[in-house]
Amino acid sequence: MQKAIKKYFPVFVLPTMIAFAIGFIAPFLLGIYLSFCKFTTVTDAEFIGLGNYVKTLGDPEFIHSLWYTALYTVVTVLLINVLAFAVAMLLTKGIKGTNIFRTVFFMPNLIGGIVLGYVWQLLLNGILAYFDRTLTYSEVYGFWGLVILVLWQQVGYMMIIYISGIQNIPGELIEAAKIDGASSWQILKNVTIPMVMPSITICTFLTLTNGFKLFDQNLALTNGAPSKMSELLALNIYNTFYGRAGWEGVGQAKAVEFFVLVAIIALIQNKLTRSKEVQQ
Amino acid sequence: MKRKRLLALVLAAAMAGSLVTGCGSSGSDGKEGSGSSSSGGTGKVYYLNFKPEQADQWVELAKTYTDETGVQVDVQTAASGTYESQLKSEMAKDEAPTLFQVNGPVGLATWKDYCYDLAGSDVYKDVQSDDYVLKDGDQVLGIAYVIETYGLIYNKALLNDYFDADWSTIKSIDDLNNFNALKAAAEEIQAHKDDLGVEGAFTSAGMDSSSDWRFKTHLANLPIYYEYKDRGITSTDAIEGTYLDNYKQIWDLYINNATCEPSMISSKTGDDATSEFALGEAVFYQNGTWAYNDIKDNEVADDDLGMLPIYIGVDGEEEQGLCTGSENYWCVNKNASEEDIQATLDFLKWVVESDEGRDMLANQMGFVTPFTTFADYLPSNPLVQANEEYTEAGKIPVSWNFTTMPSENWKNNLGSALLEYAQGTGDWNGVVTAFVDGWAKEYAAANE
Repeated sequence: MQKAIKKYFPVFVLPTMIAFAIGFIAPFLLGIYLSFCKFTTVTDAEFIGLGNYVKTLGDPEFIHSLWYTALYTVVTVLLINVLAFAVAMLLTKGIKGTNIFRTVFFMPNLIGGIVLGYVWQLLLNGILAYFDRTLTYSEVYGFWGLVILVLWQQVGYMMIIYISGIQNIPGELIEAAKIDGASSWQILKNVTIPMVMPSITICTFLTLTNGFKLFDQNLALTNGAPSKMSELLALNIYNTFYGRAGWEGVGQAKAVEFFVLVAIIALIQNKLTRSKEVQQ
Repeated sequence: MKRKRLLALVLAAAMAGSLVTGCGSSGSDGKEGSGSSSSGGTGKVYYLNFKPEQADQWVELAKTYTDETGVQVDVQTAASGTYESQLKSEMAKDEAPTLFQVNGPVGLATWKDYCYDLAGSDVYKDVQSDDYVLKDGDQVLGIAYVIETYGLIYNKALLNDYFDADWSTIKSIDDLNNFNALKAAAEEIQAHKDDLGVEGAFTSAGMDSSSDWRFKTHLANLPIYYEYKDRGITSTDAIEGTYLDNYKQIWDLYINNATCEPSMISSKTGDDATSEFALGEAVFYQNGTWAYNDIKDNEVADDDLGMLPIYIGVDGEEEQGLCTGSENYWCVNKNASEEDIQATLDFLKWVVESDEGRDMLANQMGFVTPFTTFADYLPSNPLVQANEEYTEAGKIPVSWNFTTMPSENWKNNLGSALLEYAQGTGDWNGVVTAFVDGWAKEYAAANE
């Protein structure tokens, strides 16, 4: 069996590798090259060196987006994971209708970001209309609007991952803890959480990168209003790319910086939570 | 073993997740291909259309052409406000558009390396004058195909009710020829909106992206027009903003006498404004001849449609006409294959010379065109006729100077400032900064 896998693995890996190369590696390398170029369409680029990167540093809107996105990511990572874990705990207690609840919580994931953005824009504006305001009144509204939206969308998804983690905890561990007289808080803190650490690693990774990369929902919900104050990084990059003739390369340079930033943060996070994982 | 199960589950979940995000990206209108692949070795045409109002008619016209000649014509229409971004990605493809549009001199500056010289083409021979083409030296790079007009579309029936009412100060449409009269009328209508059975004098000044161009681009044209006129120029690298107080006056009038509160305009869309006007809930609606397709066949009869110039309170504006110009120039992609270029030129010739093409453009799409071939094909669009009446009366049309606005970013920043001013989170200085300082900054950024 092992031998056969060793012998034939290129055959099985090849299609995926080709797709990965065409769909990811090639555009990625092209993208890095383009960040050093001035271009109108991606096929007629002219190399200009570091000029684009210099421009990104002198852009106050980009810096604002960076901090706004960082704050947004911190808030959503915490809220999504806490809520998802809480819901997962509830739905592993064997209460009636567990399966229905799990399905319902998971469902929002099946809707695309743009649609979600517009639906929530209608809902939130409908409520704010009672106060003669809209989401664009202040970036604070946009911020919490986006938080509510992604909570609704992502809590169910992370919940599924946590549920599988919780179900994988051996029953005898918890039973032993109970016999030893541990309170339910102690069980949670000393048994459950260490045992679901792999799930926590994955969920924080996903929510962290999702937070940084959020685009569709931002575009549909506020589109940066008022005055680009609720513009997250991805949308800022998009607007730089299309906002002015000749600034496509600057948008590209921002995208590369963005990639480096997200990669570094994700690697650090991975290392931190990994180190807390326990072996069964 | 259990970890493996978890791993498998997570992988499956991640895959499902990427599927979900895949669906999330904003879809553009699907490629509405028409015609057969039976065209053999001849070229084909791919038109990236700018005007969503006429999307279906272009597809229909393309189909007629294909049925007649066997040449494949694909028409794709960009969603409102996304033309430049879609053009950028489409032009990078192997199957790039053979026929695309630029919006004027600023748009041409971006795309001129892609424009085929149309000087020898049949379409160019049919153009009435060089006023309607974009030139670079001797090269003819863009040809306008539709002359459009915008102003304050009004509901004649409702306005006549107002003139007849005993509380009105303005008594006829002839007196409604300056800003003060417009202001008096609008404010009286707003105050007596229940008597007239309307929701407001103006339709909602929606600042959703489907509607904000009416103010950040079209309305902003008026202060730019008057400043250019005073200074005797046709474009500039630094605007002075001498008529911004007038811009403020008209914007105040729009937002304070509308169907909705000024604080609510960010959620209002273009469709909202159209339906308010088409259902007779508002008297005035700033838009252009292209809006006729969306208004017709509703509550407002064709005979009740009129268009007023947008008065902003400049001396001598009694002689001001409607805003007339074009931001729709056809360009042929120079990088397309020779057969495709020829096919495209043939298609254009057919559009402006054949009966089917002329009928479609003039009668179905309601276009006024700058082509000599259209003498017998004048559109029945009542908004177009309103413009002819003003021209015959000797009023001076306002040219479209917004095609010289330095960048999309300038318009977006101006729109944001207008919105912040309207909803009370910013002051008018923000608009002035976006307009004047923003112009110099964006001009420098886009032209370095």
